[in-house]
Amino acid sequence: MNKTILISLLALSLTGTLAAAPATYDFKDPKGVNAIQFHLDSLLEPISGTASGVTGTVSFDPADPAATTGRIVVAAKSLLVTNTMMTEHLQSPMWIDVAAHPEIVFELAKLSDIKTEGNTTSATATGQFTLKGVTKEISVPVKLTHLADAFGKRLNKPELKGDLLVIRGEFAIQRADFGIQPGKNEDKVNPEVKLTLAIVGGAPRS
Amino acid sequence: MPDATRPDRVSRPFVPRLLRYVGLAVLAATVGSWAVLGAHRGWSQNRVPVNQVDEITGIAYVTYEERFVPGIDWLGAGSALAGVVFALSFLPRLNPNPSNHTR
Repeated sequence: MNKTILISLLALSLTGTLAAAPATYDFKDPKGVNAIQFHLDSLLEPISGTASGVTGTVSFDPADPAATTGRIVVAAKSLLVTNTMMTEHLQSPMWIDVAAHPEIVFELAKLSDIKTEGNTTSATATGQFTLKGVTKEISVPVKLTHLADAFGKRLNKPELKGDLLVIRGEFAIQRADFGIQPGKNEDKVNPEVKLTLAIVGGAPRS
Repeated sequence: MPDATRPDRVSRPFVPRLLRYVGLAVLAATVGSWAVLGAHRGWSQNRVPVNQVDEITGIAYVTYEERFVPGIDWLGAGSALAGVVFALSFLPRLNPNPSNHTR
């Protein structure tokens, strides 16, 4: 009898440990939804576009969001605007230089100012942001939404178990800080670039 | 008394008039295509963003539809071409028969 109770307690504690363990979320989205949207004011009309080549992983534990770490990579070649000529111009050495700097990276160091309500955690994400070969520390407000057991449902395969983590954020950078036409064409293209992040990562469970 | 059967006399008013009609047609086609294809007041687009929402996560994302939407650069280029063709109609005609000068 005592042995049964002991085994049950052990099993319970093990389940508890597993549930609390951080999971690693893969942000290479099979549905191709993940993208960073960018927006900068310009002569005639704002330049808006997307960068959809998002990959990377984030380790997240809903019970301990402060321990979140991760790395999100965006393929610079996936930067796209609505006009082919402007896209080529944007990807050229004059602007982003995707041939020489193929990756835009955000390396999450820590989350601070954490507030959790239900399945959503608001925080300030601080980390190293690399663009056009220039790395700077930035802090951006983010919202992390943990969708438990939604992994298979989203892929229309309910037999697949797992969770989803949605990360949303909006921030601005100065293009000159990253060596993108510093001090040039500011009358035509705004020096500030607004970035909107809305990405989902999946952590399948077996 | 002008001789209408002589080719140089007949073609003289015809070519400038044709150029003016072509210029007007280019202008009409430019403005018409711009208006019909969306009257976009920004730069021309050859892929059009379409907003979508992922059902489960609520993420708003953009896909692109491959089609051409002329912008004001299209209007500008078309109008300039029409203007050039129209202006050509006012150039003095080069006489193909130099012997006419001696008359």
